[in-house]
Amino acid sequence: MGAGGETTAVIGIGMTNFSATRGDVSMPGLVREAALRALEDAGMGWDDIDAVVMGKAPDFFEGVMMPEIFLAEALGCVGKPILRVHTAGSVGGSTALVAASLVHSGVHKKVLTVAWEKQSESNAMWALSLKQPFQVSINAGAGGYFSPIIRQYMEESNAPELIGCMVAFKDRQHALLNPYAHLHQTDLTFDQVVESPMLWEPIRYSETCPSSDGAAAMVIAHESIADKSPNPAWIHAGAMRSEANNFPGRDEVNPQASRECAADLWAQAGITNPREEIDAAELYVPFSWYEPMWLESLGFCDRGDGWKMVESGATHIDGGDLPVNCSGGVLSSNPIGASGMIRFAEAALQVRGMAGDHQVKDARKALGHAYGGGAQYFAMWVVGADKPTN
Amino acid sequence: MTDVSVPSSLDGVEPVQSVRTPIRLEYTFTPGVAAQTYLREFANKKILGVVSPVDGAVLVPPRGADSRHGALCDEFIEMPHTGHVGSFCVTNVPIPGRDLDLPYISACIFLDGADIGFLNLVAECPPEECRIGMRVEAVWKPDEEIGMTAENILYWRPTGEPDIPFGAAGVRGWHVREEGEANA
Repeated sequence: MGAGGETTAVIGIGMTNFSATRGDVSMPGLVREAALRALEDAGMGWDDIDAVVMGKAPDFFEGVMMPEIFLAEALGCVGKPILRVHTAGSVGGSTALVAASLVHSGVHKKVLTVAWEKQSESNAMWALSLKQPFQVSINAGAGGYFSPIIRQYMEESNAPELIGCMVAFKDRQHALLNPYAHLHQTDLTFDQVVESPMLWEPIRYSETCPSSDGAAAMVIAHESIADKSPNPAWIHAGAMRSEANNFPGRDEVNPQASRECAADLWAQAGITNPREEIDAAELYVPFSWYEPMWLESLGFCDRGDGWKMVESGATHIDGGDLPVNCSGGVLSSNPIGASGMIRFAEAALQVRGMAGDHQVKDARKALGHAYGGGAQYFAMWVVGADKPTN
Repeated sequence: MTDVSVPSSLDGVEPVQSVRTPIRLEYTFTPGVAAQTYLREFANKKILGVVSPVDGAVLVPPRGADSRHGALCDEFIEMPHTGHVGSFCVTNVPIPGRDLDLPYISACIFLDGADIGFLNLVAECPPEECRIGMRVEAVWKPDEEIGMTAENILYWRPTGEPDIPFGAAGVRGWHVREEGEANA
């Protein structure tokens, strides 16, 4: 976003139910379901939209190349500008930011943005374990990649061993408050989380995200239109950064791109104390330990103290001062391409007061966050119930 | 749902809900100068790295460029066959296309003198004894089986030497080295 530009807001949000298999809809049917709900929320029809911005994880997951082209009819954008965004797991967040930038820059007034994944038609773990020519095939999916990074965090922070289980249990409790969430583990106990088998030690099965089908959509509009909305979520700041995934001295636990993205975000939003000023956060946490890691990287606490926030209950919707992932988070629903946009949309729902049973009381400012690749692509936004003043 | 009219011969036949269509793509891969040079020498049981012209960082396996600076790296150096574990994962999930006994240890190996790591297998080590900073050495295939493939090294095994301290292991080693040079 940056200084200047048009004031911009989210005025419509739509999500599908997230589940292992949405066998009742095709990919076009899935994205259309989310888009129609966003349009209805915005009080708009297809003809009101100027342009459509779409995002999903890499095409080879489902094996449908350039799906944005074949989805143009389902999303009512034949003859309109469309744009596709590619930033791996962070794509849902980056897609929302690209859509917002089209309004912020004055190019369009009303942009529909949609992100999705249909994991039932793919196998993401295998897609992420593809044998590369002339390289040793040793990595078993995303868990195999992130486990050594989590191990370094645990060692450098001296965090108690069960912090990850606490995050997983908390997010699954939050998911019970969200009717769209994939996992509704009503009878789950903390002991069951702890006793779950190790898949990628130190990551237990219970500390990983599910494979989901689903889509999320938003209508992002110019101030002149958003002023007529009963409850717009005003976009106060948006930032993206990326870095290579292997270079000398790379801080894998707390990547430079993440820290710089957060610093830019808080500066744009005029936020000097994120822990005080942010009322709810939706962080991209596909493996439980990433909650304390991102809390530190985002500046909600000092380095090494993220696990203390988790342990104290600060991130729980019930009594926490910084509720994190009240929707249940990626740990409860993971349609990969949509997961970043769900974080952004959930942040907007909170400041619009529309989050239902997982609403944080009096939420005025919220953070949406996404990361992707080898923890190397970052997208973040801050939305507020009030118009930005800076 | 839209009503679809089908020939009467299909009356009562169970409708098709989904179809699986495996696809296959064959292609010729050209590894580029850095990887070709590395693979040719790897077939002679030598491990090559490249040196960044900007600050002397050593990258193994060689990449054509130093991604931090966009600088061409064309100076090759021969590396020792020893290093340490930068970090690791004890995996209980099978890998597509590989027949490994579970659990196995996948580790980020930093060769002595290298400034980035690469993922490889650690064996002859019970998972509970693997550590960040543990010293390891390469175990090669028998000479007659060695070829122009990344699989010439079967795995890495502990040497039994004292560990590299956590603060200097893996990616943290670069900063220790930089500070050392600044103090020199």
